This record gives sequence, structure tokens and C-alpha cells, in this order.
Amino acid sequence: MRQDHLISAAQLSRDDVEAVLDRAADIDADLEAWRQRRAGSVLGLCFFEPSTRTRMSFDTAMKRLGGRTVDMGPVDSTSVKKGESLADTVRVVEGYADAIVLRHPLEGAAKMAAEFVDVPVINAGDGAGQHPSQTLLDLYTIRENAGLDDLTVGVMGDLKYGRTVHSLAEMLTNFESRQHFISPESLRLPRSVRYDLHASGAQVREHTDLAEVLPELDVLYVTRIQRERFPDENEYRKVAGQYQIGPDDLDGAKDSLTVMHPLPRVDEIAPEVDETPHAKYFEQAHNAVPVRMALLDMLLEGDE
Amino acid sequence: MSDTNKQLRVSKIRDGTVIDHLAAGQALNVLAILGIDGSGGEGVSIGMNVPSDRLARKDIVKVEGRELSQSEVDVLSVISPEATINIVRDYEVVEKKRVERPEEVTGVVSCPNRNCITNADEPVVSRFEVLSDGLRCGYCGDIVREGEVAENLDVS
Ligand SMILES: [Zn+2]
Repeated sequence: MRQDHLISAAQLSRDDVEAVLDRAADIDADLEAWRQRRAGSVLGLCFFEPSTRTRMSFDTAMKRLGGRTVDMGPVDSTSVKKGESLADTVRVVEGYADAIVLRHPLEGAAKMAAEFVDVPVINAGDGAGQHPSQTLLDLYTIRENAGLDDLTVGVMGDLKYGRTVHSLAEMLTNFESRQHFISPESLRLPRSVRYDLHASGAQVREHTDLAEVLPELDVLYVTRIQRERFPDENEYRKVAGQYQIGPDDLDGAKDSLTVMHPLPRVDEIAPEVDETPHAKYFEQAHNAVPVRMALLDMLLEGDE
Repeated sequence: MSDTNKQLRVSKIRDGTVIDHLAAGQALNVLAILGIDGSGGEGVSIGMNVPSDRLARKDIVKVEGRELSQSEVDVLSVISPEATINIVRDYEVVEKKRVERPEEVTGVVSCPNRNCITNADEPVVSRFEVLSDGLRCGYCGDIVREGEVAENLDVS
């Protein structure tokens, strides 16, 4: 990769994406061979909001490469609560670590952090912005199950605040894909993402009803609709219920349909779906480690 | 509209800047961009909704004893691409320039996304990429349409 940091999906070309996925496949094929690859390297984990899975998978990825991690710990016990700026925090961590993984509740946080440090910064989610390393593992899963070209992808749920959705939509424009976005009216894609999709000439359609497009889909990517997004509980129930998948809801789908979810799920996908060949979300979760190993390895490579 | 007639509305200045051919209704926003609220003591003349050959109606702002910084000119170009800037010395226009749309503007505009890192207490200056019809935050990616720029001016 030419990049020093991984901040947003938009910075990655098709070649960049494929280079990461190819390396992840190499790692997956022979984990043992990569065990000492980054011995001596230290990864700084800066999570300003909780995310157990993302944190654990980066931690595991670094350790499987032979490196170590330093973790700033939960936010309420750090100097953040004492009013230290993010800019100061990352400059301090830069002194401890060879790369920094940052999760932060504000959009643009990783972009700003990257301007203050010389070590690679990986955006592990900035508010409702982007989550590009998640997208790389999503694409890895899609490639394994459906291939990355001539693809019809449906993305359903909270498209407005879903950062994984924003990164995925942008990265898919690198490939020959048709994208369908299925959401309640109030949770449609934000205009900045629609602007990018439009500017890249992507084939995009928006829907409120999954049934309209289900038979065409190769991949259905489901995200959670959060209660906090709705002023009133009844309104939330009414809406959320329409965007849940039970086994019957997939009746009209292709046999080869791949159903994905960034996890954790609450009730967007019924447990009965887990037993069908469509369910790939646990496989998707497992792919987090080899893909993040590949990513870390490549970003640290630029360092040498 | 003859020149003499215009002068009835907006008097000549000795040294300073005349910002002409502003889109009608933008004069007060221009003052906001320049951070002029009268307290600095500059002499300021404003013409609003003046008939114009080039635009049906235009605004004019004349500021005594003040030249514009590049970032001020940059933002001007976004809210009013047709604007011209005349530098006046001793009652004569010594320099006349059209504004040019820059590739980016820094400072001056704040990001409308309240959840953007540039609105937090961080040592960072707002930066926007200039699009054909608006601005895009260089940090969070949010888009400010042309018509919304004025209400997001950071004139503190
Ligand atoms: Zn912003």
C-alpha cells in the first residue's frame, strides 16, 4: 500500500484492496509462517469508546504477528476525562508504539490524529464516519463467498449512522457492483456518502422494502437499527420490525445469497437463519484477524 | 445605471477595498467574513440590491483602510463567484481582480456537523475542499451547499 494511514475507504484503490485481501489469504493459508513477522513491533490501542470485538481482533492480530500491544484502557480511567485533547493523547502514544489504532466518537478524529503523528494511524471507527478495516474484512468475506465482480449487494438497516455501511459503499465502487440500500426513510444514507457514490458513477438504488430487491441479491449486508435513533419507543418498534430477517424472509432469495452482519446483532437476524447456508456472519467475524494482520503488516512495512 | 447614480447610494472611498458584483443579499455575509461589525472603527459603505448590468441585482461593499486576506477572498468566491475586488488608493482603483475558486478554504467556515472533530476542543483549523456547488469538510466529509455557507461562517 502506498498509504501511511488507513483513514477512509475512499483512499484505497482496487489494487490496494486486493493487495490486502491477497496477503490476508496468504496468512490464512499458513498462520505459522507469519508468527514472528512483526516481532518487536508495538501497536497502540486507543479506544475512546467501547468496542470489545474490534479491540480484541486488533490485539490478536498484532500478537499473532509476533508483536505486542499497549492499550490506553477504558476511557473513564484515562486523562481524556481530565480534558486532554486527542491531539495530545496520540502524540504521547506515538512515543510508545509503532502504529496506532483509533476508535473515537467524533467524525474526522482519525484524520486529525494522523496529522499529529508520524506512525501509521488506523481508523477503527470515527463516530458515524468510517470503519475501513471492517470493510476490508467484509470484502474478504464477500470475495470468498461471492467474488468481487458482477455483484449485486443489498445493504439494509441504519444507513445514516452506520459507519461500516459508509466504508463498504465507497469501497464497492472500486468493483463492478450494483448497490441497493434498504432502510427506513429517516435512516437513509447521509448526503456526503450519496455524493461520493454519485460522483464515482456507482449504480445505486434506494428502497424501503427488502422484498423489492431480494431476488436479485448476491449479498445482503444487515446492520442494526438502534433505539437511540428514535425519539419514541413505539416508532422504533414499528420501524425496526420491518428490517429484521427471519428464515421465511429469505424464501425468494438466490440459493447462493450470502447474508452478512458486522456483529454484534440484537434481533436483526433471527437465530434460525444461522442454520441456513446463507449465514456468513460468524465467518466474517473470524476473518477479522487475518485481514487485520495483513493490514498491520503492510502499514508497518512502509515504516522500514 | 450611471456611475453618478451609484455614488448616491455608495460613496467613494480614499484607500481600501471595494467588493463589487456580489450576489444580491450577500453584503452582510461579506461583512461577517471580514469580521466587521462596526466596532473596529473602519468606514464601511454598503449597497444592497443595486441594479447591475451583469447581474440583475447586486450588492457592493466598500471598506475603508482594509485589504483582504487570501482566505477571506477564498470564502468570498464560494458565496459569490461573480464578485470583483478593487483595491483603491487615493480614490483610484489601482488593482481590479475577479475572485477565483480555490481548491480549498481554511478557517473562516465552520463544519455544520456538530459531531465533527473540528468542532471539538482540538488544536485543528477547519478545512474544506471546494466542490462545484459547495464545500466538503476535510475531516468528517460533511457537505456544505453553496446556499448554506453564509450560515456556517466562523466569525468569532
Ligand atoms: Zn466536519
